[in-house]
Amino acid sequence: MSTESSYYVPEQSKLPIITATGMGLMAYGAASWVVSGGSMVFTAGLVIMAVVMFKWWSIVIDENMRGLANDQLKRSYVLGMLWFIFSEVMFFAAFFGALFYLRVIVNSWLGGDAAVGIFDDTPTDAAVANNAILWPGYEAEWPPMITPDQAANGDNAVFKGPDEAMSFPGWAKLLGWLPLWNTVILVTSSITVHIAHTGLKNNNRKQFIGWLALSVLLGMIFLVLQVEEYVHAYQHMGLTLESGIYGTTFFMLTGFHGAHVTLGTVMLLIALLRAIKGHFSNEDQFGFEAASWYWHFVDVVWILLFFVVYVFD
Amino acid sequence: MAHGPATLADGWRAYISRWVFTTNHKDIGTLYLWFSFAMFLMGGAFAMVIRAELFQPGMQLIRPEFFNQMTTMHGLVMVFGAIMPAFVGLANWMIPLMIGAPDMALPRMNNLSFWILPFAFAILTSTLFMEGGGPNFGWTFYAPLSTTYAPESVNFFIFAIHIMGASSIMGSINIIATVMNMRAPGMTYMKMPLFVWTWVITAFLLVAVMPVLAGAVTMMLMDINFGTSFFDAAGGGDPVLFQHVFWFFGHPEVYIIILPAFGVVSQIIPTFSRKPLFGYSSMVYATAAIAFLSFVVWAHHMFTVGMPIAGELYFMYATMLIAVPTGVKVFNWITTMYKGSLTFETPMLFSIAFVILFTFGGFTGLMLSIAAADMQYHDTYFVVAHFHYVMVAGAVFSGTAAIYYWLPKWCGKMYNETMGQVQFWVAFIGFNIAFMPQHFLGLAGMPRRYADYGLQFADWNMVSSIGAFIYGGAQIMLLYNVIATIRNGKPTTEEKTWEGAEGLEWTVPSPAPYHTFAKPPEFK
Repeated sequence: MSTESSYYVPEQSKLPIITATGMGLMAYGAASWVVSGGSMVFTAGLVIMAVVMFKWWSIVIDENMRGLANDQLKRSYVLGMLWFIFSEVMFFAAFFGALFYLRVIVNSWLGGDAAVGIFDDTPTDAAVANNAILWPGYEAEWPPMITPDQAANGDNAVFKGPDEAMSFPGWAKLLGWLPLWNTVILVTSSITVHIAHTGLKNNNRKQFIGWLALSVLLGMIFLVLQVEEYVHAYQHMGLTLESGIYGTTFFMLTGFHGAHVTLGTVMLLIALLRAIKGHFSNEDQFGFEAASWYWHFVDVVWILLFFVVYVFD
Repeated sequence: MAHGPATLADGWRAYISRWVFTTNHKDIGTLYLWFSFAMFLMGGAFAMVIRAELFQPGMQLIRPEFFNQMTTMHGLVMVFGAIMPAFVGLANWMIPLMIGAPDMALPRMNNLSFWILPFAFAILTSTLFMEGGGPNFGWTFYAPLSTTYAPESVNFFIFAIHIMGASSIMGSINIIATVMNMRAPGMTYMKMPLFVWTWVITAFLLVAVMPVLAGAVTMMLMDINFGTSFFDAAGGGDPVLFQHVFWFFGHPEVYIIILPAFGVVSQIIPTFSRKPLFGYSSMVYATAAIAFLSFVVWAHHMFTVGMPIAGELYFMYATMLIAVPTGVKVFNWITTMYKGSLTFETPMLFSIAFVILFTFGGFTGLMLSIAAADMQYHDTYFVVAHFHYVMVAGAVFSGTAAIYYWLPKWCGKMYNETMGQVQFWVAFIGFNIAFMPQHFLGLAGMPRRYADYGLQFADWNMVSSIGAFIYGGAQIMLLYNVIATIRNGKPTTEEKTWEGAEGLEWTVPSPAPYHTFAKPPEFK
């Protein structure tokens, strides 16, 4: 509830309309890019967005440094960030939900063994017919190495399954398994961000900056390894976006997560640069805290991904 | 503080930059309202094309391909361009006034949320002029119609939806932050006006489901252009997956549209009954219950898709459960009027019509929720009639009521009561002539979204079209009434325009000053 006696209403601002223009150009440009090629409009929009975002956040930071942002406005920023993270949770929920539905329900219908009930696993007639008529020879398995298309149409299939999946390689090869190392790196980075936060709270700037820098570094290493994994998948495993539903879900889930790690790393990097310039204090640390909440969020998403996409195949 | 508002007297440049660069919640609310009205007229024009073609059997005016684009664009423009921004406009104008805040919590982001919309709708509308035509797959854009068989313009549609979603999410976060953080001292949650309550719950729904819609269109984009197989069984996907993801967004979306309408009516009925709202706290809990249930009933839109019987039964019973909190609301509105000193000014007429017609639409919804019966009703004009009773007589009537109710507060001028009432009766009669016969058409088996129909449906279709033209005319009258009020309305400076009105917005002068509550008011 409002307790302030005065309230900061910002002056008129050119930032929003420029941002909206940038977004409009990006949207129109992206669509015309996929339709007819040519990325000029999209790039123009992207450049406008990059410049105006930089400017916008500089102004907000500057207002904060000049003491214009009172406690109430700061609480509004906190609420804004938390609800933004909630919207991101729901975005991932859509893809996790899709994965669950595809793995558990769709796959058994395509393979003809969708059960009549929870306690009775006799296949329904409809599922059996669906399999026999549309996708003869397809057997439900996860990861699906052969697509229904391939099972029914052999070499004429449009969708071909991967040669290899990203599954758990067995205990013997555990230490050479890249996703495990990515998990270790990301969990560690969440801990290092927390240590940096503790340092800031105790006014220990050396601890703050050092551990924050380490977190940024870990984020970058994660991204490099992720790229390495993708290259390996495309070149040596025959696993691409087009490898049927396994490739689709694998790359979309890990890809969107990777995009969010990239954003989180940029946020932490900006916090680091500001920290080096002497920003943030014991009482005033929202910019850093927001980045760290976001970082913990992408970490939690990864842990879910690690189990759902990699371990329990 | 920002400087005072520029008027036309200050020159064009100053006047335009006032609206484009504004951070003022009243300016932004006004922008939202005018934009949504423009979209309402455009979507209405599309509807007129549809009804003109359906006036007689056979193809008279347009090609079937164009008819499909019209039904699609009518739905998209009305849902995303007219109704949603109209209520965001009301939220912008009224929430700070109602909770005693000087402005929205994040004023610059507020401006951004609005200015994304003209770009999004420019992109969406431009698809009509593209090669292959605009989106033609219905506003629900089911795959594979919207993927494998879609025109190329679907890509523009996808990105337009993306930025619209960004606009909605930012707008909603702003509303949540405003309500949680900006209330005047004494304004506890359970003292907030019901319009504020319904909007904060709506904003929660928006933040929760707009990202899911973004996910759905992203999957489409990938399937169309990058070889994924989300909605293609050949690769191991499933077109039904699209329907699940879409309706997980789509069902809460219909409550996003109707909850703020509930809020408006819950403000207006007590005013003209000169009694406090009956059962305030049950209204709040009922709204929350409806919002919660909206997340667990989505597949009632998909009864004919081939779900297991257990799924059909679950979604049927869960859907019927929504009738309980909705019934609580209807009983509370009626009980508020019971033994009140009723007067029937235009806002009250629209609100009473809302209660009657929305309840009617709710009952047809209950019929549709019966899975076995829905096998017959599904994709017929019965469904069209049902959702126009809740969307038009629900959301649009309540939005119209809100305009008449708060217009004196916004511009300090009183509308002409006779003109308002005439507009109400034309709208009310036109609406019922347009949509009541569609129930009969649907029950007789006429499928929706077709450009032509069998001869047995001819009479009621002609009646429906005549009603639709009358209803369209009523919107021109509304536009005229609003402009006439702003230009030549009788000036009113009273703080309390309506005798029975309660709430902080009626403690500030009319028209509401550019900046209100620079110091938070005391609220008891």
